[in-house]
Amino acid sequence: MTVNTAGGLKKMSAKELAQIVFNQAELFILDVRSETEYNDWKIEGDKIEVVNLPYFELLEGVDSALDKIPEHKKVLVVCAKEGSSKFVAEQMVEAGRSNIYYLEGGMKAWSEHLEPVKIGDLKAGGAIYQFVRIGKGCLSYMVISDGEAAVVDTLRMTEVYEKFAQDRNVSIQHTIDTHLHADHISGGKKLADKAGAAYWLPPKDAAEVTFSYEKLEEGKEIAVGNTKIKIQPIYSPGHTIGSTSLLVDDTYLLTGDILFIASIGRPDLAGKAADWAQDLRSTLYRRYRELSDELIVLPAHFGKVSELGEGGRVSARMGELYRTNPGLHIQDEAEFRRTVTENLPPQPNAYQKIRQTNMGKMTPSEEEQREMEIGPNRCAVHDK
Amino acid sequence: MQADIVVDAKGLACPMPIVKAKKALDSLEPGQVMKVIATDKGSVNDFQAWVKQTNHEMMKHEEENGVFTFFVRKK
Repeated sequence: MTVNTAGGLKKMSAKELAQIVFNQAELFILDVRSETEYNDWKIEGDKIEVVNLPYFELLEGVDSALDKIPEHKKVLVVCAKEGSSKFVAEQMVEAGRSNIYYLEGGMKAWSEHLEPVKIGDLKAGGAIYQFVRIGKGCLSYMVISDGEAAVVDTLRMTEVYEKFAQDRNVSIQHTIDTHLHADHISGGKKLADKAGAAYWLPPKDAAEVTFSYEKLEEGKEIAVGNTKIKIQPIYSPGHTIGSTSLLVDDTYLLTGDILFIASIGRPDLAGKAADWAQDLRSTLYRRYRELSDELIVLPAHFGKVSELGEGGRVSARMGELYRTNPGLHIQDEAEFRRTVTENLPPQPNAYQKIRQTNMGKMTPSEEEQREMEIGPNRCAVHDK
Repeated sequence: MQADIVVDAKGLACPMPIVKAKKALDSLEPGQVMKVIATDKGSVNDFQAWVKQTNHEMMKHEEENGVFTFFVRKK
């Protein structure tokens, strides 16, 4: 599971760290980034304890850090890219500590790591998988049936989906974005171009896009493989004016950024909070109400690690969400409007540039894209 | 601006720009000036936080085409 480097220092991959979070295992993290970066965004887990001590305060030695670090726990040192965590961790090993790891690739690798988990089988064969981007809280999906696949809310790391499809010997026929994303750069168009697939986007979110796409509209079914697997678009505006949910195989409802497990979507990321608040309310309090309580809701984000279920899965029955989700329990319209338009969490990092990129109006380099996506997704109203 | 010592940290990533800068600063007398040239954006933010936290004086900082230059006076 681990590789030894010189002097007993061990490295931990983002994948191994994801398993620790999923399995709610114990870990002590020493985060050596600056206080600002740490406060903006950090690794979280049920039994993970984190202490922040910037590496540039440890240039004289790590003695002050050693006092704060438990002797008998597994300790992971984390920084932005890896260099500084190694610098600190090596000194801790030299000081005689054991069980010291550094995070391979740092927070950059953590932000980009995707962990696929199976959600369930489809009625006529095939399955639906969730790809958990645990560091940033993004969720994307692959529907597989009869040698074909559709990918929903594809992330920038398109190789992960390509490899997953290859390993299962299926060809990607469709990539679908439930809305124009503002917190992360979509890989939908890129993956569609590489795989020769169709790229679907709601036309109301695509008024300014610079490339061609298929119009994701209610009433237009998308078939995957065996034609019995249907993806039915359901127009559900609110987070964006075009936001569209997808009903897969009459069982799974992919809600995009409209409805999450512990919160609801924010309507302000395109600068139209007041206009869209009413749409959001209609979608959540009327449109979704008409659907079956038995539907399994699969959102495009999670806000807190407490929303992760067994094996890292993020899902819940619609009926359960109507019982437990605070965003679905605001009876007064004015109060609802205030909740979704006032005192919202900070916007996601670089969200305007990200929207421009997703419209094809900007083409940042890979390094710039990485930089733009730093930090949590912050797409829900309660992500404070 | 005149500098008593110049640290060229171009192309270096964390933690090296700050490790080199600290070594250089340690060799100076109070009041003397260090010039640091760096290209790693991440360590540039850390560098500013470090200068602030150690109470040295950031006299000037500028960026040109992705090259960052700092002048720091030792306290």
